Amino acid sequence: MAVAFETIGFLHLKKPDNQLLLLPRGASQLPTLAVKRFTPMAALTSAPTVGLSETFKRLKKQGQVAFIPYINAGDPDLSTTAEALKVLDACGSDIIELGVPYSDPLADGPVIQAAATRSLAKGTNFEVIISMLKEVVPQLSCPIALFTYYNPILKRGTEKFMSIVKDAGVHGLVVPDVPLEETKSLRKEALKNNIELVLLTTPTTPTDRMKAIVQAAEGFIYLVSTVGVTGARASVSNRVENLLKEIKEVTDKPVAVGFGISKPEHVKQVVGWGADGVIVGSAIVKVLGEAKSPEEGLKELETFVKSLKSALV
Amino acid sequence: MHTMAASSAACASSATSKLNHHHHRNPSLLPKPYSSSSSQLPFNSRNFTAPAIKTSVSCTLTREPAAAALQMHEEPAPLLSLPRPDSFGRFGKYGGKYVPETLMHALAELESAFNSLAGDHEFQSELDGILKDYVGRESPLYFAERLTEHYKRPNGEGPHIYLKREDLNHTGAHKINNAIAQALLAKRLGKKRIIAETGAGQHGVATATVCARFGLECIIYMGAQDMERQALNVFRMRLLGAEVRAVHSGTATLKDATSEAIRDWVTNVETTHYILGSVAGPHPYPMMVREFHKVIGKETRKQALEKWGGKPDVLVACVGGGSNAIGLFHEFVNDEDVRLIGVEAAGFGLDSGKHAATLTKGEVGVLHGAMSYLLQDDDGQIIEPHSISAGLDYPGVGPEHSFLKDAGRAEYYSVTDEEALEAFKRLSRLEGIIPALETSHAIAYLETLCPTLPDGAKVVLNCSGRGDKDVQTAIKYLKV
Repeated sequence: MAVAFETIGFLHLKKPDNQLLLLPRGASQLPTLAVKRFTPMAALTSAPTVGLSETFKRLKKQGQVAFIPYINAGDPDLSTTAEALKVLDACGSDIIELGVPYSDPLADGPVIQAAATRSLAKGTNFEVIISMLKEVVPQLSCPIALFTYYNPILKRGTEKFMSIVKDAGVHGLVVPDVPLEETKSLRKEALKNNIELVLLTTPTTPTDRMKAIVQAAEGFIYLVSTVGVTGARASVSNRVENLLKEIKEVTDKPVAVGFGISKPEHVKQVVGWGADGVIVGSAIVKVLGEAKSPEEGLKELETFVKSLKSALV
Repeated sequence: MHTMAASSAACASSATSKLNHHHHRNPSLLPKPYSSSSSQLPFNSRNFTAPAIKTSVSCTLTREPAAAALQMHEEPAPLLSLPRPDSFGRFGKYGGKYVPETLMHALAELESAFNSLAGDHEFQSELDGILKDYVGRESPLYFAERLTEHYKRPNGEGPHIYLKREDLNHTGAHKINNAIAQALLAKRLGKKRIIAETGAGQHGVATATVCARFGLECIIYMGAQDMERQALNVFRMRLLGAEVRAVHSGTATLKDATSEAIRDWVTNVETTHYILGSVAGPHPYPMMVREFHKVIGKETRKQALEKWGGKPDVLVACVGGGSNAIGLFHEFVNDEDVRLIGVEAAGFGLDSGKHAATLTKGEVGVLHGAMSYLLQDDDGQIIEPHSISAGLDYPGVGPEHSFLKDAGRAEYYSVTDEEALEAFKRLSRLEGIIPALETSHAIAYLETLCPTLPDGAKVVLNCSGRGDKDVQTAIKYLKV
């Protein structure tokens, strides 16, 4: 499907969105530094895609809404994940959220918990996920955002973690158990590595707090549609419409809605309410996880994702 | 507030006024969290209430303000002098709030409700009344005569061992102190649905009990494996009207039950209060649960003064999440002459990889909303702990314990399943008290500790729970 015509000018690549915030390191706007940053070698080894906010900007110009699928790394196995990333990309995904399996995923419902458990039982670890990404990311046209809990980041050291994921071509990061107050060190290291740190706001977030989150969020604002953990729901709460309106009143940053969105109808509804992006997780994870074979799973994935994507048009 | 018995003796009345003086100055002396309000926190009114203090004891007390005044000019230990926790819920670098955003508002709401209790006399008197008439506080400080005898050296010297009898509380463990207070708090918050996690079942039983007492809906999450080894407590909870939900994910123990309780809370936060059962989890839980258990240490100070006119020299308690230990320690953290010893579960042995000795062998990380020591692998995945005692079978530990360890204020050791079982039997035989397997870990450490202590050293061991619930487990291992 119509995917790969976003040939982006070379110099446009990796243009830091947050130059002002980078200033403490020195004059990052200086052309000399820019040249250093974008040496041809670096361009070859880093991802040939743009970041999350750039992706949203492009889509907005085209009057489109971002489709953001989520899958779990290593479920049913890592080579299937690699193939699934390519399928998702080919089906017109605008950003792919890749979940790093964790032993205690507090924000996840049964489907993603089970996927993580299966993945860990197969021996999936951070290292093999990164190796896989290094191979696959150059073949993708859309950016990858990693979804990971905080402890695996801490264990590695935030600084080291960010440089590893950057080298793997990752553009964004979602850490569901680190609320605004605790994001300082994450944000600092993310900025250094051009990783956009996506923050979440929820129906229980008071307005003042939502404003602070929106201000600090990079890439996009992740609006959690329900009070609860991840997982398919029968319908999308009407609250989302108002929440979107409230957020839009205070920011121009893109807002993507996730948690509980599982059907083309949901996608249509959320788009109608003015979302800039739609995130579908558990429903997709289930398709891959419950298939009779990886091959069949990939086939079903393609069909399902196409149905979701077509609801965006 | 001070209901000290009036005495006609002038000496006693002057002692009373000095006592009050001391009591009011204490918070400024010992900078603690919420120092300005801490004298009004739920348990402080009980500090020096209850029985009349003898004149001779009052004389001891009169010395204290002077000694305290001297201390004021000393440079306080830098780490310990900081508020614990600070306004971000940090104990040094530990603690914090690492939770999904959905819960942040509920935690803020809970914190402000908790802080507002400081000035709420109605709440305090209701709580005090329930603790007295329903829980049966204060719990005795019991001189364990035959246990003391057991540790006497050939020359007749040895430490004196006292047991703080939290096992005599209603429901058989210290857990009820916190459960009662949080249930009252839930009522203030207008939340009628209560959830809790439980390992050994003691916290679950305590929560089910208070929910029955206050007419609240109660759902307890319990690991499927724990349900099997604590079948008696499962029945008790159901008998009390609670719904016990088996958790099969992960290793089906306390860690997974806690994760599941947090997920329930994320989903039902608008109607539900989560009665977390340890000094773990996100802020304000570690602080709040500590405040609700600090009555243990406060009573101990008073009882020690009555019994031997001094302070304990050593405090010993088992540590899983660490609530009974903090409850006993907190009162004495700033008394640097009092040793604080926490005893963890070494399971099959520290080198076996099958243990729950988080502070001894763990590394710093984030679990269940707080930064603390935890058992994890090289990839940052949580490792399944092991202990014969379901209540200690937890891969994390309360953040304040991590802080006290790093600050060098508290010492943490560990004992194996086998040593705990021996201690389980020893206390039963020597004192006619069957301790919980959790508590048995603290008792087991006396074997190592007592030979090192000088004659007459006063050891207070927190007898945190009774062992009836554990006989099914023990029967598999012990020949009696």
